[in-house]
Amino acid sequence: MTFRHKHILGIEQLSKEDIGFILDTADSFKEINSREIKKVPTLRGKTIINLFFEASTRTRTSFEIAGKRLSADTINITASSSSVVKGETLEDTAKNIEAMRPDIIVMRHAASGACDYLAKRVDCSIINAGDGAHEHPSQALLDMLTIRQHKGRIEGLKVAIVGDITHSRVARSNLYGLTRMGAEVRLAGPGTMMPPGIERLGAKVYHDMNQAIEGADVVMMLRIQLERQGKTLLPTLREYAKFYGLNTQNLQLAAPDALVMHPGPVNRGVELSSYVADGIQSVILDQVENGVAVRMALLYLVLGGEQAE
Amino acid sequence: MATIILDQPGVGRALTRIAHEILERNKGTTDVVLIGIRTGGDHLAAMLQERIAQIEGETLPLGILDITMYRDDIGTRTNLAIGKTDIPFPLDGKNVVLVDDVLYTGRTIRAAMDSLMDLGRPKSIQLAVLIDRGHRELPIRPDFIGRNVPTSREELIETEFNEKNQPVEVRLVKK
Repeated sequence: MTFRHKHILGIEQLSKEDIGFILDTADSFKEINSREIKKVPTLRGKTIINLFFEASTRTRTSFEIAGKRLSADTINITASSSSVVKGETLEDTAKNIEAMRPDIIVMRHAASGACDYLAKRVDCSIINAGDGAHEHPSQALLDMLTIRQHKGRIEGLKVAIVGDITHSRVARSNLYGLTRMGAEVRLAGPGTMMPPGIERLGAKVYHDMNQAIEGADVVMMLRIQLERQGKTLLPTLREYAKFYGLNTQNLQLAAPDALVMHPGPVNRGVELSSYVADGIQSVILDQVENGVAVRMALLYLVLGGEQAE
Repeated sequence: MATIILDQPGVGRALTRIAHEILERNKGTTDVVLIGIRTGGDHLAAMLQERIAQIEGETLPLGILDITMYRDDIGTRTNLAIGKTDIPFPLDGKNVVLVDDVLYTGRTIRAAMDSLMDLGRPKSIQLAVLIDRGHRELPIRPDFIGRNVPTSREELIETEFNEKNQPVEVRLVKK
């Protein structure tokens, strides 16, 4: 098939065929990551700027490694070292970066829709690495790749997503992607963390976590963002862990071979008990490994898609 | 309009001859490995492996190479599908016989050689092709050729494989 997306702004814009094609491409890139020399010349001479207005180690490093394994020149710009702290607008920052002629800008921003805004104003490709509470497409794609790799399919699986649904861009992107690929998505979380009307996007909503994970093939736990809304939306972490934490007891409600996933970093003892986080059903490190392959696929495909746009 | 260049028995005879030539050139099977370029070359490499096993009683290691990531035309292509490279043995010190169905500009072979060099340090790389249609853009020359077919740039060579990956026929098609 032909990939015709110049930008990757969200899973919402991707069809089932697009997602399948990205996952197949990522699957092929995984082979490179297992080689002794983990580098191919595919994007030689291309420049990728990782523009991160929010703190991130995992995603930024993953994109940086992905770019370098494809022989692109990757440059990291973080908010603290950019002119944003001097009061420059997002558009000015982007225009200045664009004047340096990058081929791709990978951007993370605290404002939902920031990537979309930028994509309309610059000529190069934009890849969303997380925008506010909107989308985190590469995370959802690596989650889907991990599920497909372990289960052989996505269609027909029961996937429970547990935690702060309202503020989770990971949950939103996964909800779009998994339902599009034919999975049944169940959402569970405290009432303060469940957006009203989310079931209109095709999910089943539960307030009792145990009901949501009963018979689930995948249990995806979300991170409680202690640095943001944790203090105002939760009485105590201990109470959250009691009602919405995954441990060896409630995990038994899920299918016997259920996968345990988490986008990281894990608050041990809150979302996951250490025993579950390190247990045989946990695929958290596979998610990290697949992240590089998925990001390589995205970088490769958006540049190829440029001409066809 | 299509002209059949090789039918199924014709392909079989060409591969048998190439198998003998590979054995003669390498004085047997020691340190010889076959690597087919996806897609087409991989099927032919598997057939060469069978032929050589019949002749010499030795099954050569067989690998598959996908060269998409080594191509020099990203950005001008619309088909971006890539496949997996699967070479389950070390290449160091081996005499690699690279197998492809049609040799044209030589750019695919250049990409394949770059890819092989990233995977290891073969002692030598030899090239076997079913059809050499000319029009080289790079200084690349095959070592084993099924058939030389002088073509114009307006023509295409199509190799058709059946569901068992056996070549049915090779056609010359006017664009």
